[in-house]
Amino acid sequence: MSAHIDVTNLNVFYGKQQALTNVSIAIPRQQITVIMGPSGCGKTTLLKSFNRFLELTDGTTITGAVHVDGQNIYAGDVDVTAVRKRVGLLAQRPTPLPMSIYDNVCYGMQIHQMRTNNADYVAAVQHYLELAGLWDEVKNRLHEPATSLSIGQQQRLCLARGLAVEPEVILGDEPTSALDPISSQHIEKRLLELKNQYTTVIVTHTLRQAKRLADYVIFMYMGEVVEAGVARELFTNPQQERTRQYLEGVF
Amino acid sequence: MRLKPWNRRHLIERIMQIAMIGSLVIVGLCLGAILWTIIARGLPALTWEMISQAPKGGFYMGKGGGVLNAILGSLYLASGATALAMLFALPIALYLQTYLATSGWAQLVRLALDVLWGIPSIVYGAFGFTLMIVLGVRASLFAGIIVLALVELPIMTRAMDEVIRRMPRDLAQAALALGSTKLEVALRVIIPQTLPGIVTAVLLAFGRGIGDAAAVLFTAGYTDRIPTSLFRPTASLPLAVFFQLGTPYPEVRERGYASALILTIIVLLVSFGSRWLAARLQRYTVK
Repeated sequence: MSAHIDVTNLNVFYGKQQALTNVSIAIPRQQITVIMGPSGCGKTTLLKSFNRFLELTDGTTITGAVHVDGQNIYAGDVDVTAVRKRVGLLAQRPTPLPMSIYDNVCYGMQIHQMRTNNADYVAAVQHYLELAGLWDEVKNRLHEPATSLSIGQQQRLCLARGLAVEPEVILGDEPTSALDPISSQHIEKRLLELKNQYTTVIVTHTLRQAKRLADYVIFMYMGEVVEAGVARELFTNPQQERTRQYLEGVF
Repeated sequence: MRLKPWNRRHLIERIMQIAMIGSLVIVGLCLGAILWTIIARGLPALTWEMISQAPKGGFYMGKGGGVLNAILGSLYLASGATALAMLFALPIALYLQTYLATSGWAQLVRLALDVLWGIPSIVYGAFGFTLMIVLGVRASLFAGIIVLALVELPIMTRAMDEVIRRMPRDLAQAALALGSTKLEVALRVIIPQTLPGIVTAVLLAFGRGIGDAAAVLFTAGYTDRIPTSLFRPTASLPLAVFFQLGTPYPEVRERGYASALILTIIVLLVSFGSRWLAARLQRYTVK
């Protein structure tokens, strides 16, 4: 197992409050890693340290290192836009940009100048909408506002938009929590289909979803990693008392 | 008698409701009274001659002519000033929101803008006039536009600032997550999303600009000629109203009200136009 994301001694403070304490963890390549734990345990904070989203909040202090493919993304000379291109994020709630369906997918490719002519952009938009399982539903209405889609469709659009900038890593911050069951299934299905091409890290608070998706699991409690391991082993035979309690639904 | 809590809550709601409706009625009556005054007194004098001709000799003593000089002057002054102010207001508002965010500097800039907003426009006029004397410039359309732009800048910037501040943060973050720079977020996400609000901000500033008499009094001057050059004095509607109402001749004062009516109609037209535009621009915005 080769680590794609390597976290060493990560400490995160929001003002004076410590959100993560000495987190060291390795995220395996091209598998689905699920971060779970009770609310407020720091799982979203850990996730957002991977695309340098923590610094968007005022008063955040970060120490330690996060290496993506061997590069410390917190090093001084790193271009944060390049990090975020490599590490995509699927947010909790779908957030279509204020433009058409087509432009939502095209936007990322345009800002990174990933194609040279319009025909290539058109083909790429179709490709990524297909990859996200949305093409058939939107192919006749590409130039309508993205907000005209249903919430579930919007989240698949956000997936297509994220994939279009060709990231190596997909982060999901409870990506199905705002969706109805059918739409959630859609997203989960896509994530499973894509897991061989991307390293995927998902935060979830539903144990059942964790069990459906995870190849590798990180269990967190009070800002620390309690236990991490291969999903089947961790779910059937947790080594730590707290993990066992959580899996049994004690808290 | 002590009311039950349940009754008291409903009584309080009732009282507050009446107070709110009362305020609304008072404001409505004021607006109605103003409109009624200028329509009742101005409409009879509002002839085609009024809006199609410049003043002729003896206009201010009741002879022929109109206020085309002031209509055009006001349109030039307010459009020029609004365009100029927008050139500065939009970048300032975007910079405040994207780069300075909630820092101390941003608060300082906002405070400065709020203070500027509160300064009476006659002070801007006096400031502009002083500057013109130092530079040896005479009253002109150009000077009027610049001073009027200064009057408009704070209101426009703060209105844009507020509109952008109310934008959902998720939206900017969604673009940042794709690796956008802050500039790309500003140009491709913030502006399209807040365009209806930006249009409203521009309109607010235009309204203040076209209605302002004090700032243009010294800086743009006044003339009975149709404005043809940036570097000559120009008339404006608020001053036209002022000069005509100041005469002892009833028929001239009536034309003063007609001029006020014209000014009001221009503001109304611009207001409706921008509302229509804002509604059309809402197609892609995220609610």
